Amino acid sequence: MINQEELKHTVSVLVDNEPGVLARVIGLISGRGYNIDSLTVAEVDAEKHISRITIVAPGSEETVNKMISQLERLVPVKKAVNVTYEKRGIEREMALIKIVSTGEKRVESMRLSEVFRAKVIDTTHDSFVFELNGSPRKIDAFIDLMKPLGLSEVSRTGVVAIARGTEKM
Amino acid sequence: MVNMQLTGAQMVLKAFEDQQVDTIFGYPGGAVLPIYDELAKDKDSNKPIRHFLVRHEQGAAHAAEGYARSSGKVGVLLVTSGPGVTNAVTGLTDAMMDSIPLVCISGQVPTHLIGTDAFQECDAVGITRPCTKHNWLVKDINDLSRILHEAFYVASNGRPGPVLVDIPKDIQFQTGTYIGPDTVKHKSYRPKLKANIDKIDEALQLIVNAEKPIFYTGGGVINSGNAAVQLLREFVRLTGFPITSTLQGLGAFPGDDNQFVGMLGMHGTYEANMAMNKCDLMINIGARFDDRITGKIDEFSPNSKKIHVDIDPSSINKVISVDVGLAGDVAHVLEDAIKLWKSKVYKVNKSSVKDWWKQIDKWRKTDSLHFEEDNDTIKPQYAIQRLYELTKDSDAFITTEVGQHQMWAAQHYKFNKPNRWITSGSLGTMGFGLPAAIGAQVAHPDKLVIDIAGEASILMCMQEMSTALQHKLPVKVFIINNQYMGMVRQWQELLHDKRYSHSYTDALPDFVKLAEAYGAKGIRVEKPKDLDQSIKEMIKYDGPVIFDCVVDQNENVFPMIPSGKAHNEMLLGNETQKEEISDEGKALL
Ligand SMILES: Cc1ncc(C[n+]2csc(CCOP(=O)(O)OP(=O)(O)O)c2C)c(N)n1
Ligand SMILES: [Mg+2]
Repeated sequence: MINQEELKHTVSVLVDNEPGVLARVIGLISGRGYNIDSLTVAEVDAEKHISRITIVAPGSEETVNKMISQLERLVPVKKAVNVTYEKRGIEREMALIKIVSTGEKRVESMRLSEVFRAKVIDTTHDSFVFELNGSPRKIDAFIDLMKPLGLSEVSRTGVVAIARGTEKM
Repeated sequence: MVNMQLTGAQMVLKAFEDQQVDTIFGYPGGAVLPIYDELAKDKDSNKPIRHFLVRHEQGAAHAAEGYARSSGKVGVLLVTSGPGVTNAVTGLTDAMMDSIPLVCISGQVPTHLIGTDAFQECDAVGITRPCTKHNWLVKDINDLSRILHEAFYVASNGRPGPVLVDIPKDIQFQTGTYIGPDTVKHKSYRPKLKANIDKIDEALQLIVNAEKPIFYTGGGVINSGNAAVQLLREFVRLTGFPITSTLQGLGAFPGDDNQFVGMLGMHGTYEANMAMNKCDLMINIGARFDDRITGKIDEFSPNSKKIHVDIDPSSINKVISVDVGLAGDVAHVLEDAIKLWKSKVYKVNKSSVKDWWKQIDKWRKTDSLHFEEDNDTIKPQYAIQRLYELTKDSDAFITTEVGQHQMWAAQHYKFNKPNRWITSGSLGTMGFGLPAAIGAQVAHPDKLVIDIAGEASILMCMQEMSTALQHKLPVKVFIINNQYMGMVRQWQELLHDKRYSHSYTDALPDFVKLAEAYGAKGIRVEKPKDLDQSIKEMIKYDGPVIFDCVVDQNENVFPMIPSGKAHNEMLLGNETQKEEISDEGKALL
């Protein structure tokens, strides 16, 4: 059985984009002892000044539900929803991955990048920077494969997510 | 309403007027001088705002809390930047935790100096973010009036709480457009007042079928207002069920009514806690399963179904999982519930409930609030009982400090009306009682207002005696003087093998002389036989009084559910003190 504690949840939060709103959300999460793996934020409605924050947090279903109701207590928070993959959500992330290697390793990294449909966006004779889009799991897998092939640096955006189908937050 | 051109400082006063605020508590300083200047000019207006000058900003916050708690209105305080704000933080946190609506206006250094470590600069919104329901830093004069109106709206709607508006000094001087409250609507905050009617019906079904039910009510009933209190009384009488209350809910249901089984929780009555433990239906209205109520979570009322009414959806299922959660305002939910109950002609299970009452009456016979009287030394419980008997017909307002005296007051003073009992329940702030009494007296100038105090707590905001004198507020400070931080001493006795580490106060002031130094009246009583006469003297005196009631130093508060224990493992008196308390329990202190 999967350990409940190990599960990761993706929570989507719609907020009024006003000064300090991110500090409020982060302060609540850290102040109440929840952990977060990643957090992304950007304005999604320029007219109504609404931003969407996506939080990936480890924990049991119960813990995350509590976190969601605490978040909804914040005045500028309009709504918070668990949009984890298992709950009919779609999750995407982008990563920039730098490989420094030559010879066989360099060729192999190029070959694998094609399998993952990563794009080469910068290259020198002994380095690549790949751009990779996909689920966080796919990015994890690619990074793992790159480790013996000269993995040098990684930069990830963190997860953005949205519900499948006609459902709207 | 026409849009006016006003300075920032004028807008603050105009917003007060438009929000029906006629009373504020405050303390001046450089960053709020433009607002104080407007207050000076306002003195000659036909309805001047009453400003009560405190002696410490913590006092301003507690006074605003006392004002709010006793009147149901929003409490307002005005403080300067830097130390003015940091001094107010304890009071804001207290209001946050006890859900009291406050609006705190703070001055800030001019906008161009923010972030430069300017004189008396502090990150007010940063510091107060976790201890306010919401806060704002005003950076544009044309946002000021909207923010002020939103501040009052947020403080008093939904689960009430404190808010802070930080206004830089240059904004106070600038001129801009003032808009009135009717044109301001918060863009997203709309707390849900009504609960789902099918869910209410589900709850009523549980009530119909209950054999061993109990109402467990809290401060949410009082916060919801008078209508909620009346509806609660109606519903409780309609069902004939027993009712218990948290510390903050006292007075919502009459304390001397037979259906009321006393306060519950760590120092609640035996019958209330046993009924909570053994019930088959718990109806929680406006309470939040605080750890002082539940004791050991896994053994909390193991065999009951639970209904929970709360305006704050995040309170539902936060600590205890419930069967029916009703997110909504107490008055709205109860109104719908009573209507539905009557239209469906629901009936309770009378014969089972009658048997349940028999059981409760057996528990009642334990007489868990009993104490041994003494002819020579005053027992603290006796002092509270006499105070109650001699003031119960004068509709008194009681505030407290924090400690044993607070629990004895809750146990032995019976409240028949809401808003008469004002205590720091959640944060447990020593120093709360005197400024809170000042706030209550401001709201009710002709009523008797008494701070039931401990000799240690009272010293934490003693400076506010001076405020009482200046503003002719005849508050009475009734000190249960046991020379100890009694509540600390009690825990040390029970949990730390009587090692009384730093809980004895040497070099206490002579409270009678201290009273006189402030220009108040001082009274000291040491013998039970003198108590009544002196209490009467205190009540009669037209002005502030410090009453030094010298009591037995060894008395403990019983009954007591030690931390980490279940409700049915209550200690009833001194003879049970040997009881072992687990390390886990000690850690819960
Ligand atoms: C500001 C603050 N500091 C410390 C405490 C911890 N504390 C709780 S009760 C208490 C003792 C209070 O003593 P006293 O006012 O004499 O009341 P008593 O218990 O003796 O009635 C202390 C120190 C607190 N509640 N608040
Ligand atoms: Mg004491």
